[in-house]
Amino acid sequence: MSFCRLLFSTLVAPLALLALPAHAALRVLACEPEWGALARELGGELVDVSVATNALQDPHQIQAKPSLIARTRNADLVVCTGAELEVGWLPVLLQQSGNEKVQPGQPGNFSAADFVRKLDVPNRLDRSQGDVHAAGNPHIQTDPRNIARVASALGARLQQVDPQHASQYARLQADFDKRWQQAIARWTAQGASLKGQSVVSQHKAFVYLYDWLGLKEVAVLEPKPGVEPTASHLQEVLSTLKASPARMVVFAAYQDPRASEWLSRNAGIPAVRVPFTVGGTDGAKDLFGLFDDTLARLLAAQAGR
Amino acid sequence: MHKLLPASLALALALPLGVHADEASDIRALRQEIVTMRAQYEARLQALERRLNAAEAAVAASGATAVAASTAAAASTAAAGPTAAAGPTAAATAPPAAGAAPAAAVGAAPAGNEPPMVVQAPAAGTSPSAPEPPRSAAGANAFNPSIALILSGLYTRTSQDPANYAITGIQLPRGAEVGPGTRGFSLAESELALAASIDPWLRGAASISLHADNTVSVEEAFVRTTSFGNGFSLKAGRFYSGIGYLNPQHSHTWDFVDNPLAYQAFLDTQYGDDGLQLTWIAPIDQYVELGAELGRGRSFPGSNTGRNGAGMTALTAHTGGDIGESSNWRAGLSVLNAKATDQTLDAMNAQGVGVVNAFTGTTQVLVVDAVWKWAPNGNATRTNFKLQGEYLRSTRDGSLVYDVDGANSPGAYRAVQSGWYLQGVYQFMPRWRVGLRTEQIDPGSPDYGSNAASFADTGYRPRKSTLMFDFNPSEFSRLRLQFAQDRSREGVVDNQVFLQYQMSLGAHGAHAY
Repeated sequence: MSFCRLLFSTLVAPLALLALPAHAALRVLACEPEWGALARELGGELVDVSVATNALQDPHQIQAKPSLIARTRNADLVVCTGAELEVGWLPVLLQQSGNEKVQPGQPGNFSAADFVRKLDVPNRLDRSQGDVHAAGNPHIQTDPRNIARVASALGARLQQVDPQHASQYARLQADFDKRWQQAIARWTAQGASLKGQSVVSQHKAFVYLYDWLGLKEVAVLEPKPGVEPTASHLQEVLSTLKASPARMVVFAAYQDPRASEWLSRNAGIPAVRVPFTVGGTDGAKDLFGLFDDTLARLLAAQAGR
Repeated sequence: MHKLLPASLALALALPLGVHADEASDIRALRQEIVTMRAQYEARLQALERRLNAAEAAVAASGATAVAASTAAAASTAAAGPTAAAGPTAAATAPPAAGAAPAAAVGAAPAGNEPPMVVQAPAAGTSPSAPEPPRSAAGANAFNPSIALILSGLYTRTSQDPANYAITGIQLPRGAEVGPGTRGFSLAESELALAASIDPWLRGAASISLHADNTVSVEEAFVRTTSFGNGFSLKAGRFYSGIGYLNPQHSHTWDFVDNPLAYQAFLDTQYGDDGLQLTWIAPIDQYVELGAELGRGRSFPGSNTGRNGAGMTALTAHTGGDIGESSNWRAGLSVLNAKATDQTLDAMNAQGVGVVNAFTGTTQVLVVDAVWKWAPNGNATRTNFKLQGEYLRSTRDGSLVYDVDGANSPGAYRAVQSGWYLQGVYQFMPRWRVGLRTEQIDPGSPDYGSNAASFADTGYRPRKSTLMFDFNPSEFSRLRLQFAQDRSREGVVDNQVFLQYQMSLGAHGAHAY
């Protein structure tokens, strides 16, 4: 009898847990903070968002750790960048999760990069070029116009996976869209003076930002994408700058600042740490803060340190 | 009991009901979705093939025409901003039309989610320098599985002849791949891995191992469900058992050249079998994975016999989580049971002479494993640390025929033997790691029954210490230098030096935790 009770409690207790959260909010697992923030904007109270990585982590190099497997297993919708950014860890999470809803091709699997025009698509796929992404540069979130495109696709996807609340999602989306378009107009006006300026990047992480603001990337500190800056390559960049000077060197919050700081000292140009995603700096508390702060930092650097 | 029955029935039913109600309403929509997506992806793949061909042709023919064509395509997609940086890639994907999202897509209308790749297909094709590729070939190859090739080679220097390698007190199976292997230069385990989705419900993977002696073996070849749901996955075929931490890992992901002594002694380096594996992830925030396996019992400690039933069963339980932002852990308990019949084992008798014995009976291997990983803020790019340890205990129960080629004397046999290792690997700067491993085996005091006089029990505990450095020029390449002081044999110290390369070509591997 006592064995029966034990059996009952060990077998049925997990089932009870299983049944409980079924009617709670839609569970969204976002691979990167920007998509977590976007899901919160578009889902409001209807979604329960958890984010797999933080702004100080390199999204290329995340491990399929136990807590992420558990969260993938319980997710109704997985929102990731795609374009192979998460190729080293997301497939493992999906395969181990035993969650059919979020498998590739299912409505519960959302890749933001599917909905934007990608830049830096390599003409030649060869790892001698470094860790290149066949689908193009995956760091799409640095252009607010891309966020708008992803938002319209994600809003529709939320309605699809949680149809009971479709009208509420539609309202939230319309509201976000309005605020976002106004903000883009403001940012574009603010950033107008940056157009045509030459910059150096630490990693090829900002092509979309540059495309939007009209900045020109004259050099990259990583000799090849994903390869740590080397002393000899930094020297090369330095001599390139003698011929074609740049206004600033830009690096993301998650990156080791030393290479950018070295160039800043030796070339006499400011090193700008940009949030890169929500949470990357104190100012980047949400998606609006992300671009407010990015622009503020770029403009401050341009204005002269 | 009477009170329990209705309660458990109600609870058991509550879950499937909720799920089924959900599924019933969505199942048609999902099917529709799959059909649409398949068509879309096919279109996208063909578009990509065409673009690739166009780009190649364009490069060959000085590029002028292709650029013109793609600029035209870019203009037609009404993309915002100048597209100079995009070059011929502008045709990749257009932003979704503004009105793509219907306000109330209650019926899960796929229209709201169509990835926008339809427009561009003809774009590259219009380039005069890009002839239409043979459609059938492109279509057929587009579905090829992902291919990854691991290349590995080794230089080994040992102070003792590897041919005499043994672990004192442990009876190893004939032909066991234990010890440092061969001296000098050799091809280490090179491996070809293929994987792809089979259909919307299944995924398949195979890894084929190429050995230094020109033989080929199938390490893993299995199909796995992707659609069971509720945290369940079923694997069928040949696979590495999920016991412990290191067992399911392929050799190219190990942090040292070789596996720990305990794995060599009790699992013949790594336990793989042909059979079924069911895993379940608990629906709670804490990671809990339970697994059950049934297998043929193909390899040691099992033996490959033609029985109908299962020669191996295994149960695994793992849990884990995060400790703040910077560290995470996983721990587990696993039990493997295997049957063996006339399993030939190499052993040393009381006179110190090598003999061949035959074991018939059951073996239970208990594995306790734990791993803890740390990286500042969870960003492992610069520095990170990994601490892992496992304890294995093997209990063999049955009969042992002593010296099958000579005395051929049967007797009862029961041995409880154990071993552990503890290792730490520290990446102290990008690309560079250092690792230290210490380990020991306890051969116990086996009960040889009527053969007791033929065996000596010296109480010696084999042990080994290993120091490793590796340099990783990129995510895809590694060079490793390893020193080991191996005291597996009583009274003998084997100083081992390994120099190894490991390279990964092709598909970007995704590694388990």
